[in-house]
Amino acid sequence: MKQFTSLNGLVVPLDRSNVDTDAIIPKQFLKSIQRTGFGPNLFDAWRYLDEGQPGRDNAQRPLNPDFVLNQDRYQGAQILLARENFGCGSSREHAPWALDDYGICALIASSFADIFYNNCFKNGLLPIVLPAPVIDQLFQSVANQPGYRLAIDLVAQTVKTPEGAEYGFSVNEFHKYCLLNGLDEIGLTLRHADEIRAYETRRAQSEPWIFGVSA
Amino acid sequence: MNPLSLYEKLWQSHVVREEPDGTALLYIDRHLVHEVTSPQAFEGLRLASRGLWRRDSILATADHNTPTTQQTVIADPVSRLQVETLDDNCRRYGITEFPMGDHRQGIVHVIGPEQGATLPGMTVVCGDSHTSTHGAFAALAMGIGTSEVEHVLATQTLLTRKAKTMQVRVEGALPPGVTAKDVALAIIGDIGTAGGTGHAIEFAGSTIRGLSMEGRMTLCNMAIEAGARAGMVAVDDTTIRYLKGRPYAPKGSQWEAAVAYWRTLHSDEGVRFDKVVTLNSETIEPLVTWGTSPEMVVVVNGRVPDPALEPDDTRREGMERALRYMDLQPNMAISDIAIDKIFIGSCTNSRLEDLRAAAVILKGRKVAPNIKLALVVPGSGLVKEAAEQEGLDKIFVAAGFEWRNPGCSMCLGMNDDRLLSGERCASTSNRNFEGRQGAGGRTHLVSPQMAAAAAVAGHFVDVRTFLD
Repeated sequence: MKQFTSLNGLVVPLDRSNVDTDAIIPKQFLKSIQRTGFGPNLFDAWRYLDEGQPGRDNAQRPLNPDFVLNQDRYQGAQILLARENFGCGSSREHAPWALDDYGICALIASSFADIFYNNCFKNGLLPIVLPAPVIDQLFQSVANQPGYRLAIDLVAQTVKTPEGAEYGFSVNEFHKYCLLNGLDEIGLTLRHADEIRAYETRRAQSEPWIFGVSA
Repeated sequence: MNPLSLYEKLWQSHVVREEPDGTALLYIDRHLVHEVTSPQAFEGLRLASRGLWRRDSILATADHNTPTTQQTVIADPVSRLQVETLDDNCRRYGITEFPMGDHRQGIVHVIGPEQGATLPGMTVVCGDSHTSTHGAFAALAMGIGTSEVEHVLATQTLLTRKAKTMQVRVEGALPPGVTAKDVALAIIGDIGTAGGTGHAIEFAGSTIRGLSMEGRMTLCNMAIEAGARAGMVAVDDTTIRYLKGRPYAPKGSQWEAAVAYWRTLHSDEGVRFDKVVTLNSETIEPLVTWGTSPEMVVVVNGRVPDPALEPDDTRREGMERALRYMDLQPNMAISDIAIDKIFIGSCTNSRLEDLRAAAVILKGRKVAPNIKLALVVPGSGLVKEAAEQEGLDKIFVAAGFEWRNPGCSMCLGMNDDRLLSGERCASTSNRNFEGRQGAGGRTHLVSPQMAAAAAVAGHFVDVRTFLD
């Protein structure tokens, strides 16, 4: 997995609450058996004026000029600023894959849906929760200042604004450790294989009906 | 001993190890697999030269892409490849699969319980957010992402953290015409789509105890729409009656031992929850969603809300955007909303009880002329067979419905069953997000009997006017 330590990046604002994973990457793109290539279809229904289909040349499609990702000032953005309950709905990991493939490295919102929040960490993306009034302030700053950037430091767990404000955020130790080191969680878990086997042996005695059954 | 909640009992019995920061390795008993969220996980295993930890924990089926018509080969090559990739992976790793054409094939959340593969006291995961459905059996059931699917395939564990606990108590008898679907929508309307975030919900109270397993599954299915990764209901006689004799359920002396253990799977007297929400079911009416989030819900005899009355800016803008997308005006009567398509199906409402309830309304009636398509998609091949034995298929067909083969179908339209842009659907599914049933499509979530009544009327109508 790719590492995340710090980032000074351009911010793109998505001023909607309850953005669901169907909006982040619509269902027709879930038919792919790859992990990559979802970036051009990130927010597909909002980003283009026509209906996207897998295999179409997205460069030839009409863009929706009103959608933030299509505005010149936000090209190259690496930080997505959002509102409450971002990433709700379907568990599709294609959502963080699409964000990552597009070039987003961190997300800042007042809250995230649980499954999406977890999926981000598995893909080297950092989701940051800040209080709603801070989010309001950041939306205003981004709107008023073209080229608005934020500096994120995962080690110090801070977000710094160009105005000099600094906001702390929390992240659990394990997620932080894996992101900072770009670690593969499966490899880490398999170090405890003996404990998993010992647990299985105990369960197979107390609840034998769980094991070795098929229809 | 401290009293424990059902969630805490399930959690404690599955922790393999716990780190000081609260991250735990949770053992997974049952892993359900479908074609959309698994190919990259199997590929990851191969790239890392890792094997499966425990193949008998896995049950696989294709459901999202499968056609519901008589088609035996999927026409769309991209969909076909995804389904064939699942078949290949199951063959290669020796995993039990109910592939297309198997009479047990169906929606993963319908077939797990139907086979008895979901049992009380289990941890159940699937790369699908509606895995919360299985909590109806006092199991700890959670939707996971594809990286987590790979982690469970390789280690039989999930890296996770303990959730907060939330009890949703619903007391009272359900009025006629009001179903588990309406209870679910009422709860989401009350606490919001983020109301359960970070929590595991236990549904309790006399209303829940009075629900069938099908009704409990409908309710737990929609826990995720309230933001909760898991929803659950304690074991009682209804649970045990449902499970007896199912293919994967324990038999003989193991059955007796299992039942004795399962009887302990309830929250202890005096336990404290982090959050408690109470509803009186007698005040719940048949509901219809009007917007693009399941929390945007109103009683069938009500009106579309007016955003001008919403003081919060972000919420007001969200309501205005939803009304534009849905092409509805504030204060319009819900019963004035005309419908183009009807969808009865999905992991929320495609079980035998759901089909029976819709058939009661449709018997001797006809679908209104303005309805372009009315679909009924049973949740599994076995549900379909059972419904046909009762003659339900004939009632649906006589009314003007199409009687289809099992799958996820128009809940998300990964197969050919979709809304066209601008079409409006009365749907028994779980999500009314923009574009969910097809780009530009407009979804209103309702119960099966409300969908049937809307089919007959051509617009939303209070199903209670159809009941004797």
